[in-house]
Amino acid sequence: MSSPDTHPPSLYAAREPIFPRRVKGWFRTLKWWIMGLTLGIYYITPWLRWDRGPNLPDQAVLIDLGGRRFFFFMIEIWPHEFYFVAGLLIMAGLGLFLFTSALGRVWCGYACPQTVWTDLFILVERWVEGDRNARLRLHRQSWNWAKARKRALKWTAWLLIAVATGGAWVFYVADAPGLLRDLVTLQAHPAAWLTIAGLTATTFVFGGFMREQICIYACPWPRIQAAMMDEDTITVAYREWRGEPRGNASVTDSGDCIDCMACVNVCPTGIDIRDGQQLACITCALCIDACDDTMAKIGKPRGLIDYLALTDEVLERSGSPQRAIWKHILRPRTILYTALWSAVGVGLVLALFLQSDIGLHVTPLRNPILVTLSDGSIRNTYDLRLLNKHGEPRTFRISLTSDQPLELSLEGHVSQTVTVPGNATTTQRVYVVAPSGSEAAGKDRTDLRLWVEDLGNNDRIHADTIFNGKGD
Amino acid sequence: MSRRPAQKPPEVGTTGHQWDGIEELNNPLPRWWLWTFYACIAFALVYSVLYPAWPMISRATPGLLGYSTRGAVAAEIQAFADANAPIRAQLVAADLSEIADKPKLNEYATNVGASVFRTWCAQCHGSGAAGVQAAGYPNLLDDDWLWGGDIASIHTTITNGIRNTTGSDARYSEMPKFGEILTGDEIAQLVQYVRSISGQSNDAVLAASGAALFADNCVACHGEAGLGNRDLGAPNLTDAIWLYGGDVTALTHTITYARFGVMPNWSPRLSEADIRSVAVYVHGLGGGE
Ligand code: SF4
Ligand code: SF4
Repeated sequence: MSSPDTHPPSLYAAREPIFPRRVKGWFRTLKWWIMGLTLGIYYITPWLRWDRGPNLPDQAVLIDLGGRRFFFFMIEIWPHEFYFVAGLLIMAGLGLFLFTSALGRVWCGYACPQTVWTDLFILVERWVEGDRNARLRLHRQSWNWAKARKRALKWTAWLLIAVATGGAWVFYVADAPGLLRDLVTLQAHPAAWLTIAGLTATTFVFGGFMREQICIYACPWPRIQAAMMDEDTITVAYREWRGEPRGNASVTDSGDCIDCMACVNVCPTGIDIRDGQQLACITCALCIDACDDTMAKIGKPRGLIDYLALTDEVLERSGSPQRAIWKHILRPRTILYTALWSAVGVGLVLALFLQSDIGLHVTPLRNPILVTLSDGSIRNTYDLRLLNKHGEPRTFRISLTSDQPLELSLEGHVSQTVTVPGNATTTQRVYVVAPSGSEAAGKDRTDLRLWVEDLGNNDRIHADTIFNGKGD
Repeated sequence: MSRRPAQKPPEVGTTGHQWDGIEELNNPLPRWWLWTFYACIAFALVYSVLYPAWPMISRATPGLLGYSTRGAVAAEIQAFADANAPIRAQLVAADLSEIADKPKLNEYATNVGASVFRTWCAQCHGSGAAGVQAAGYPNLLDDDWLWGGDIASIHTTITNGIRNTTGSDARYSEMPKFGEILTGDEIAQLVQYVRSISGQSNDAVLAASGAALFADNCVACHGEAGLGNRDLGAPNLTDAIWLYGGDVTALTHTITYARFGVMPNWSPRLSEADIRSVAVYVHGLGGGE
């Protein structure tokens, strides 16, 4: 297929600058709302407060790296409960599969930070330098005072947004008001400055200069997504059978497309959707708004560019109407993804409800399995890890229940109580003794249940384990 | 996933590769990608000058910054040693019997003691400190102690050892080989007597005659009631715990040939802080007094 080249093509190409035109419409409005919501959540969340009682942080969402805790409103997650995070990641993954198989690259077009911040940067660009034509002119004109002033203003505004973005990030991993004070008084930890600097740089460069280059060349998601779409996936497409041959509305045998280039001019990745579905399209739907606008002006029905599935094309070419959206969305694949997603979600919610603010983990010591004492009684040893999720110290009483006369004692304590400091764990060694000649001393295994009871509020939890006798 | 062939032939041409009708476009790489590639090369060159990189005959080039992973580990170990210096000084200065009442100190000593134990003591006493039954390596988990089970006695035992020739203050005692003193019948009677005072099945007639033999030969060390003597490391013969076994064969062998163990003195090999840590650890294994 390769044509005999007279001169070899260059292996590298400079980025074609893109000047997306302003567009109005249903999808653009939706995207403004989503942008406001996601950015609002991102910037405001670290400042929400949540009272957890004394000695615990009052920040609603906090990843406490030093203390190895994750606080999310009423939820507190300790390192051993990392399965919550794993579960959330699995849900995020399944959610993406679900949305991609149903609606294509809807994540890319509406919610991806790269898209949201690029949108914001383009908005600023438009405020400072004007719409597409003004920006094109500015781009082509040689440097003068006015151009320098506009560029400086734009870059300053971008930089401020970038600093705020990088700055907001660090507030998630430290007490926000305290860290802000440290930042203002220049006393913050170097890690905070480095993180802010790194994220400021990436936000500034990715949102201001790289834009669609990230989507096309750097992001792995478009490659993965292609494998998750099928002929029922709803995605942005051009009704070629209606639009072609494109040309002049006054010529009777031409299609509906008047080649006004509105769809191309608004596209943030600079492509022509009329060439067909392509890798660079992030399904932002702005070309739908643009074309609908044109159709309204020339008095044709909307939807020359629209959300369509591949199967719709076959139907529409044969003259039947498009299939109902819900019929595309409800198919075994999406139902399976929804079921898996919900199953993980229900599991996580259940686990949250079963979560106790006391923790007990019993490790029977098996080296050796048992110890014979001088009076002939048999002793087993257990290490109990006690977790206290309250902010204040709590005193726990440790006891056991068994249908055998087993006796319990604590290493280093005369009483059967142990105090665990607030928001901490303690390991307590516990001995269980079966009297000489008793059934448990002779039997191989005896069931026993260890109890931990908070003497303050009588909350208690238990764990089952085994007592090993001589087994003869 | 192309919906239909592009309307206009791509200006970039194709590579000539074709699979099932899908053609591979010959798109150029973005230029910024090329610059990123050059930047990585520049970074690698700078890095290889600053850090150890180029392999030479005996070792790699050291790099201008003088960084080495060995050095980093050594610095980290030193940092830990420095950080622990105060608590180790506190451990050496503390009254042995008071360590248990200081939670921080006790926790530190127990953890250090556990690791020292695994390095130096586990060879004889086992990694779980259960000793070796019937081979004379005492179980340190139970409540029976040859030389005393309070923290001070344990500390003395670890420091000086038992029956060794390397330390001048080693604990010392030796059981005579009664096979050279008593007849076989007498030893058999003695065995039955010892089994009787420890509550095991025995021949009452033999045991009764063994009582007199015991009074004549054994009470000096094991005491009149056979309760042992910790000053001499003489075991309690009335309890359920036997260093070399409590059955007839084992007892006969022990009385005839005499058996005892040897333990090194740890004072020249371990620091005082480490010895105290092991003492705290062993004391906290469940049998400490
Ligand atoms: S082709 Fe349309 S949907 Fe795709 S990126 Fe461009 S404007 Fe957005
Ligand atoms: S906006 Fe619509 S009418 Fe205009 S060029 Fe694009 S597809 Fe054709």
